[in-house]
Amino acid sequence: MSTVEAPAKTRAQIKERTLRKDNWRKYPLTTFIIFTAWVAYATVRAFWGSAFYVPEFHYLTPFYSPCLNEICNSVTVDGHTGSAAEFGTFLPAETRGWIPFAAVSLPFLLLFRLTCYYYRKAYYRSFWLSPSACAVQEPHKKYTGERRFPLIGQNLHRYFWLAAVLISLVNTYDAILAFHGKDGGFGIGLGTIILVANVVLLWLYTLSCHSCRHIVGGRLKNFSKHPFRYRMWGWVSKINQRHGMYALITLGSLVVADLYVALVASGTISDLRIFN
Amino acid sequence: MTEIERHSYDVVVIGAGGAGLRAAIEARLQGKKTAIISKSLFGKAHTVMAEGGAAAAMGNVNPNDNWKVHFRDTMRGGKFLNNWRMAELHAKEAPDRVWELEHWGALFDRTRDGKISQRNFGGHEYPRLAHVGDRTGLELIRTAQQKIVALQQEDHREFGDYDARLKVWAETTVTRLLKDGDRISGAFGYVRETGRFVVFEAPAVVLATGGIGKAFKVTSNSWEYTGDGHALAMLAGGTLLNMEFVQFHPTGMVWPPSVKGILVTESVRGDRGVLKNSDGKRFMFDYIPEVFKAQYATTEEEGDRWYDDPDNNRRPPELLPRDEVARAINSEVKAGRGSPHGGVFLTVVDRMPGGAEEIRRRLPAMHHQFKELADVDITKEAMEVGPTCHYVMGGVEVDPDTGAALVPGLFAAGECSGGMHGSNRLGGNSLTDLLVFGRRAGLGAAEYIDGLDARPAVPETEIAAARDEALAPFQREGGENPYAVHAELQQTMNELVGIIRKEGELQQALEALDKLRERVANVGVEPVAVNDGRGYHPGWHLALDLRNMLIVSEAIAKAALERRESRGGHTRDDHPGMSAEWRKVNLVCRLDGDRVQLTRQPMPPMRDDLIGLFESDELKKYLTAEEMPGAAGATAADALDKEDDR
Amino acid sequence: MSYQAKFRVWRGDEGAGELTDYTVEVNEGEVVLDIIHRLQATQAPDLAVRWNCKAGKCGSCSAEINGMPRLLCMTRMSTFDPDETITVTPVRTFPVIRDLVTDVSFNYQKAQQIPSFDPGDVKPGEFRMRQEDVERSQEFRKCIECFLCNNVCHVIRDHEENKPGFAGPRFLMRIGELEMHPADVADRRNIAQDDHGLGFCNITKCCTEVCPEHIKITDNALIPMKERVVGRRYDPIVWLGSKLGIVKKGQDTPSA
Repeated sequence: MSTVEAPAKTRAQIKERTLRKDNWRKYPLTTFIIFTAWVAYATVRAFWGSAFYVPEFHYLTPFYSPCLNEICNSVTVDGHTGSAAEFGTFLPAETRGWIPFAAVSLPFLLLFRLTCYYYRKAYYRSFWLSPSACAVQEPHKKYTGERRFPLIGQNLHRYFWLAAVLISLVNTYDAILAFHGKDGGFGIGLGTIILVANVVLLWLYTLSCHSCRHIVGGRLKNFSKHPFRYRMWGWVSKINQRHGMYALITLGSLVVADLYVALVASGTISDLRIFN
Repeated sequence: MTEIERHSYDVVVIGAGGAGLRAAIEARLQGKKTAIISKSLFGKAHTVMAEGGAAAAMGNVNPNDNWKVHFRDTMRGGKFLNNWRMAELHAKEAPDRVWELEHWGALFDRTRDGKISQRNFGGHEYPRLAHVGDRTGLELIRTAQQKIVALQQEDHREFGDYDARLKVWAETTVTRLLKDGDRISGAFGYVRETGRFVVFEAPAVVLATGGIGKAFKVTSNSWEYTGDGHALAMLAGGTLLNMEFVQFHPTGMVWPPSVKGILVTESVRGDRGVLKNSDGKRFMFDYIPEVFKAQYATTEEEGDRWYDDPDNNRRPPELLPRDEVARAINSEVKAGRGSPHGGVFLTVVDRMPGGAEEIRRRLPAMHHQFKELADVDITKEAMEVGPTCHYVMGGVEVDPDTGAALVPGLFAAGECSGGMHGSNRLGGNSLTDLLVFGRRAGLGAAEYIDGLDARPAVPETEIAAARDEALAPFQREGGENPYAVHAELQQTMNELVGIIRKEGELQQALEALDKLRERVANVGVEPVAVNDGRGYHPGWHLALDLRNMLIVSEAIAKAALERRESRGGHTRDDHPGMSAEWRKVNLVCRLDGDRVQLTRQPMPPMRDDLIGLFESDELKKYLTAEEMPGAAGATAADALDKEDDR
Repeated sequence: MSYQAKFRVWRGDEGAGELTDYTVEVNEGEVVLDIIHRLQATQAPDLAVRWNCKAGKCGSCSAEINGMPRLLCMTRMSTFDPDETITVTPVRTFPVIRDLVTDVSFNYQKAQQIPSFDPGDVKPGEFRMRQEDVERSQEFRKCIECFLCNNVCHVIRDHEENKPGFAGPRFLMRIGELEMHPADVADRRNIAQDDHGLGFCNITKCCTEVCPEHIKITDNALIPMKERVVGRRYDPIVWLGSKLGIVKKGQDTPSA
């Protein structure tokens, strides 16, 4: 309706996709490279089927935890034999190369990260270019957002978070076991430190999750009636500000932890022992 | 090209700041079909700039507070020149208005027991200002805006149209009030986007257009503040009250140029900030007037001790009343001891025990403001500040209870109305003024309409005259640039009718304004390239606003020349004292042709029960001997604290 | 300290227009809005620009500078290289009126569709709210309604057809503000998703990036709202609970 106060109008016709002159391509490009490289590495390692456990020091890479293949029951490295299996082994040895040894945890970890609010931003920007940067026109003709299948599934993030908490507990157990010395008693090596550091970072990432923030207290209308949950919400809110950073750091720490265990388990390097 | 749309309402509210929105809400709640005419977009009015808070004696922090204490503080602040009935209504009704905002969704900062928190402020005896950090004005305007939306939603449910009974005309400017005989019958204006004209037919018009700051060169006010309501009322036969009282805030930013005039809150000085000249001297110690010698420190050491031990030390002179500080800064700059950009230095560097961290914590908004606007880190560098035109106490003369101006059908509220604040407004009283008298004006307008036998008509001749007047700048071939005329007007007012006034300079100002009148009548603009040439045409808008600024400037200068005393926001170098005889005088301006006529009007004597709220010792400072009540000192008024402007 | 800067300003109306080159004086301490005003005063008297407080408090002077949505009054010239050509265009998402002024009525229409604050039966003056309960919504009420978030959001910036079903970050945040308001009794979760398009949001955070008030729109308003909506309609356990009658379902408030 055209009236004296608001005649019908159209947008300013500006043909450039964007008039930004700064280096806006940097973020989507680096994110694209990092994520692609990580996915490639993780896929290869998940299906590799060896160099995942150091029996002498109880080092188990997080990519293989919990280890569910029969092969996990007896792993021999450098003359030491031990079991990496903690929760039984229902995968027959023949599935090696087809099914990852951590077949139960990996899909949930993948889904946890795929539905994570930080990762969503990162891959919508760098893989789907929707948009690749602020005020840069996206290439798609239509856009429906997260309202339909499959993206409506993003709403299940809180359940994947729950799974991630359980898996983080397993990883913590793994890290505690890694305090294992040459004589069978207490010991610390570089591997122990790497595994512990990785677990700490994983907890920071997992607990700083937006769904976690909602569950511990964000969903409440009145904080004052729930002082403890308010305090928890405060803590989570604090680390939540760096959720994206933890998401990226843990990508690195997972690779470092896995690569270190792989190198030691394959005999390429030997573990640097600090105590026993 | 000159087709004119007509719209019919019961009440037209001109101005969409706190007072206008509150008036419109009330008129609509009374069942009247209401329009809000907003010079800017909806929700952008200058009310958003208010930082401190809304003064209301709710007694949440100190239970001793009540309307009587608030009334006393307001009268003291205004140096007893306030319209006492307005001060009374304001003090009594302010708490209800604040609670009402909360009921509409406002979220004030809270006390520990969950009530609205209240803070201390200059001139208020108890913590009284309801606030939200330092953005209380934004909260007020947003809440009122959202209440209007809520009412529109009700109408949408009932009539299927959000605008059925309450419509906001965004970016629309009224240039004339229309009359049917002696009564208001509507308003004439233009829509900024198209430049097209609109006639609002309405038996009642509420003016809520705010202040006059843009008549001065250095001001904290935005471009809209051109005295529209003041001038419209005068042009329609209304009167202005005590226009000589203009509040200059001592500390406005002076640099960078884009923000010159923007406020630096008084909290900076309350939180250990000191004023220094270019020699690095704390010059305020040289400017303590005789009457304040007893209350203010004479050495820096004593002044610095006061912040931690106010009982055993006297306060530092940086905390003298606003006019004293403004005057001192003025003198230092004139003596050549100013800062590079024509102000003085205000610094908190190394002043706080907690260092930079404490500065950031105590003054977050100022830290942010200087960082973002001036690239100055106040934890490391001094601020440059100087006086800035802030608020006009004078305004449309109204009936205290209904906001009715002398013209039947015309109402006014907020900064553009006069009387409430006397000669000087206390911080925090403005926001509640908007609410209390905005509501009363809306109510007054509704009652006025109910009492009418027939709607007044809008005569075609009035419309034609208003249209011709608005189009005139386009007809003047080779007319003068409105920006140049405006700059000259601002310069004149700033230099000759500024903080410190002298008879000679005021006469000079009036002569200059006379010349400017001819130039204003001769400004011309070219049409813009599109449509009929009037859409979004800033030069044209200014050309039309100049008329208003000229009228209010003349009123200010005339009243300032007439009042031969110094009181609150009016400082006469040649008449430095406050006079009890002058207190009995209100100066009233009306328009005769295109000239402002000034008359003296006696101040009505205060009601006995109100005068009884003061001790006779205090009354003696303000009242003449014959005004003093027979039985003096009826109550135990609390120890008088001089206006401590923090 | 003054120099001649190169400016390219979009001039036009009704959708037709072009970037026009100007060379204009810049002095120390100025912001982009000062330069636009100097252009008005010296070279382009009919250049249209909307502005008000000049202090970043009213949110009127929204535009795009070198392609980024910004407030003209809060962009200091010292952030640019003197040799740089500075491009100023109107915001892209809303129809242009003329030059740098756009018609932002979309935003006011959306504001009218969001159910207002509902205090239930509490009378004025009887509210008791603790500071920790009001702080979340207070952050959102810092909003100056510059609508840069709605302008930058690709959901409507790049897809005009999504406008009817998407209220934009500003008004999804408004829903969040009311949902977290300790005294509000309405439930807007369902309409946030159905009528106001929360599901369109893919949390790419551009709204937060451009907010001149530095409100954490995405982290503190949009994501918490998404989580609340999950609780209302996507959580399988809540769904099961409501089927079994363990979880009581409240009344959804319809759009206004």
